[in-house]
Amino acid sequence: MIEKEKAAEQTISNINQEARDGYEQHFKVISPGRMVAKRFFKSKLSIAGLYMIIFVFLFSFVGPLIVDVTWGYEELEVFKIERIDDMVSTADFKGPDGKIYTYYDKSQTLVYFKAPPSAEHWLGTDTSGFDILTRLMYGGRISLTISFIVIFLETIIGVILGGLAGYFGKWVDQLIMRIVDILACLPGLPILLVLSATIKSIDTIPAEHRIYYMMAFLTLMGWTGVTRIVRGQILMLREQEYMLAAETTGISPMHKIFRHLVPNTMPQLIVSATLGLGGVILYESTLSYLGLGVPFPRAAWGSMIALADPSKGQEILAYYPNMWVPAGILIVVTVLGFSFIGDGLRDAFDPRMKR
Amino acid sequence: MENAYVNNNNNDDILIVRNLKKYYPLSKISIGKKRSYVKAVDDVSFSIKRGTTMGLVGESGCGKTTVGRTILRLHDVTDGQVIFDGMDLAKIPPRKLRRLRPQMQMIFQDPYSSLSPRLPIGEIIGEAVKEHKIVPRSEYRSYILKVMHDCGLQPHYYYRYPHEFSGGQRQRISIARAVALKPKFIICDEPLSALDVSIQAQIINLMKDLQEQYGYTYLFISHDLSVVEYLSDTIGVMYLGSMVEMGEKKQIFDNPMHPYTKALLSAIPVSDPDVKMNRIILKGDIPSPVNPPSGCKFRTRCPYATKVCAEVAPKLKEYESGHKVACHLYSQD
Amino acid sequence: MGLLDKWRQIKQAEAEQGIDHTMYLTLKEERRISRENNRIIRQFEREKNRKNVPEEEYLTKMRDPNNVVEFENLHTYFFTDVGTVKSVNGVTFDIPQGKVVGVVGESGCGKSVTSLSLMQLVQAPQGQIVSGSIRYQDRNGKCYEITKMPRDKMLKVRGKEIAMIFQEPMTSLNPVFKIGEQMDEVVLLHEEDATPKMARERSLEMLNLVGIADPQKVYNNYPHELSGGMRQRVMIAMALSCTPRLIIADEPTTALDVTIQAQILELLRDVKNKINGSIMLITHDLGVIAEMADYVVVMYAGRIIEKGTVREIFHNPKHPYTIGLMRSKPSGKTKDNRLYSIKGQVPNPINMPNHCYFFNRCDRAIEICAEEYPEMVQFTDTHSAACHLCRNGGLMDTNSTKEQR
Repeated sequence: MIEKEKAAEQTISNINQEARDGYEQHFKVISPGRMVAKRFFKSKLSIAGLYMIIFVFLFSFVGPLIVDVTWGYEELEVFKIERIDDMVSTADFKGPDGKIYTYYDKSQTLVYFKAPPSAEHWLGTDTSGFDILTRLMYGGRISLTISFIVIFLETIIGVILGGLAGYFGKWVDQLIMRIVDILACLPGLPILLVLSATIKSIDTIPAEHRIYYMMAFLTLMGWTGVTRIVRGQILMLREQEYMLAAETTGISPMHKIFRHLVPNTMPQLIVSATLGLGGVILYESTLSYLGLGVPFPRAAWGSMIALADPSKGQEILAYYPNMWVPAGILIVVTVLGFSFIGDGLRDAFDPRMKR
Repeated sequence: MENAYVNNNNNDDILIVRNLKKYYPLSKISIGKKRSYVKAVDDVSFSIKRGTTMGLVGESGCGKTTVGRTILRLHDVTDGQVIFDGMDLAKIPPRKLRRLRPQMQMIFQDPYSSLSPRLPIGEIIGEAVKEHKIVPRSEYRSYILKVMHDCGLQPHYYYRYPHEFSGGQRQRISIARAVALKPKFIICDEPLSALDVSIQAQIINLMKDLQEQYGYTYLFISHDLSVVEYLSDTIGVMYLGSMVEMGEKKQIFDNPMHPYTKALLSAIPVSDPDVKMNRIILKGDIPSPVNPPSGCKFRTRCPYATKVCAEVAPKLKEYESGHKVACHLYSQD
Repeated sequence: MGLLDKWRQIKQAEAEQGIDHTMYLTLKEERRISRENNRIIRQFEREKNRKNVPEEEYLTKMRDPNNVVEFENLHTYFFTDVGTVKSVNGVTFDIPQGKVVGVVGESGCGKSVTSLSLMQLVQAPQGQIVSGSIRYQDRNGKCYEITKMPRDKMLKVRGKEIAMIFQEPMTSLNPVFKIGEQMDEVVLLHEEDATPKMARERSLEMLNLVGIADPQKVYNNYPHELSGGMRQRVMIAMALSCTPRLIIADEPTTALDVTIQAQILELLRDVKNKINGSIMLITHDLGVIAEMADYVVVMYAGRIIEKGTVREIFHNPKHPYTIGLMRSKPSGKTKDNRLYSIKGQVPNPINMPNHCYFFNRCDRAIEICAEEYPEMVQFTDTHSAACHLCRNGGLMDTNSTKEQR
């Protein structure tokens, strides 16, 4: 034991000697993480994307708090703002003399909702008297939360199934990949519509729970992409020499998959997840627009745009852009932001992809 | 499986390879055609004594790497026996094989791709030690540090990642990973070819020191004859999947019999401008193993090829004690 | 547990004393390096992008008219994210007409960058020739200063006057074109009045010259149909097709088998005599150098540490690194149980301190080695080495050196 200690001391004194001589490393390098960051920040687009996403996040998660503290109301506060609306209706009719006359009816109505933008309500109120700005914030909160949860679940399922398929090959691969093929060739949107409509029509499911079912459906439709990516990567990594080395040391297959292979697919996973976030938000908005997503009176960007649905009359589409344009802008900003970040990350992780 | 255990009379040999064959099918679907194979390793036999080093030499595509990997059952064996310490590895079930793995290790050619990039060094070396419970849990850390010390790695590398190291140090890590499992037998698959000259000497010395200290048996696969000459006790020369000459180091280098061995030896560049070797320059390239020449595989490049070479494949025959050659130049009876 | 805990203790003590061994740059250092690099690179690129440079600016005179190329105090730096890599740091040597000059060294010693500097192929914008000169003399005795030559003029020299053979014959041929097409292209590009028919004839002739038995067939093959040795022959044929004055062979046989290597070396020697050209042979294999070269240049960490004729270098090496390299090559004649080895690692020439770069790997280092970089010491007209131990005409033992100081 004493000898061991002595040897240890000897080694350490050697190291110090070497370090002092500058023998070991006389220059510093950039850590791989920083290298990725550096390449990421080189691209203007990815910085723009980052700002967009930061803005959306602050807006949706910090925004409601500020509103609550400053003005003391929440999402479902109804404002009745009295306002006199001049209504002029006209009609043409043929007089007894055969000429065309126009009939004017000028009347005044008292309206409580659909208030125009004002100092108190920057974007006005909607058809139910809710403050639009506040609802945008709460809608963002739901959209972002849903998309993160869905992507997280998709990634977990994809990593496990893709890892198994890629590593074991043969019938495991055949089974998993055929399921993936079948799911991937189903038309996503119609299936989601049918499923959501079915859920809506089942009375025993309370409206608040519908959102969980929606997340499950979105996950079900989305995991195939991740599985394919992970499997492809693992097929490639499996041929690396370090996997042969792992084989010769005789460690268990589960260790090989989840300690050696999966961590090396991380860059691709992060990229695909980031790009996927935008996709989920689009799906969620579409469903909400069709009234199959987040149930009223909870806000969602999709259902806010749905107010302008032309089949319910042209009025809002034409005269109240403040009700639906901001929601549309937010969706575009979020999806674009995630895409920019995803592209930037892809270039940053793999410099060969550039140009 | 019962017949996995073969009665091994000669206990001196740690590894006996008998008629090892490894064929790769060329195409999976072949209708109406005879299925064709790449005969990567075609009927190779040899044995290695405990504590010695055998060198396996040959040019690219001669199947020397495949021999190494097939012995360790990294690839399945097409036919033949690989008897390691009395057990036939070719027939052993995978579950048992995994438990045997620590006894036979491999050092790979490319130090850059043979280390998992996302694991720290301590983990790379120690992972399998933990899994196979080579040492008690309480001693684990100090054991890994001792192995690292043996291989010339400093203790603070423990938490660093492979990308922070140069080729030579990576090869040391790779050696440490193999050595940590207390193996009996190590296959070195061209461990030097990716390293700088001054680093090669360090690694050679390290391997020799470890062998002296722990009595490892090495199978040293290389295309560099001078390194093989320095390290090995016995040498096998391979050409296109077959063993053409085999023997003690002295026999091979002082009295090469096969024309291919002669050509190989004469092709080594000599570090002396005044020594002009009487060089045998072989014509042409190595034929493709998919469609090897009939009879003796070397005949297309052999300066002494005769009619019989094209017709009959020469047998590997012993001429001196331990010195075996497969060539028609010498009597085949 | 002992070792690691001890290590931590020492680290802590060092941290208190302000000794810093961390190997990663801080954000601040990194920013500073980037800013400086950008400034320097912009300056060099502006100089290079000038249009209509008058010919007088890059015409020059050779020191010795028998030389094809003269390197003089060449500095080629790479301005990377982690600092300035002085890949070539004051290199001076000549390539005489009709001779083979071998450049030996380990990875990262700058041997390839030297040849790329000569071809103006250093990867810009990070890589820049910072100072020094490379003089090239063409067939008509006209001398060019390559470091100042504009890019379009260089195109005429590159490939035609100076040809290059690379290490990896696999990747240096384009896989989608036939061998013949790629060879013809070189001829058509460089010979002004060449017709496709002439080019074809020339290509076939060259394939024949490099010992390809069936040139017609190879001419119509795609690169993947050829073996490594054949591809390297094609590369050599391609390099020869404009009868260059200088062939740069960058590790031409490293990727090849021993028996094929013997063929290729034989071929190179043969070809050199046929076209009466010079060869700059870059390799890490001392055996290849001994066989091929007339003059040898040994490089280490971007500098020349020893140069001379083959016989001087191999029979009478002076620098401890050269000696070590030769002793560390194993052979059957090595009777010692342990092979001689140079300790430590091959350095990466970033932020090199001002001492002998080999100092911490050297067995015989003395005090002065840690203080200043040694000058080149001349032994004969051709033989010189950069080592403090050699200053009085030969290797001295350390004691006497100390006494003198």
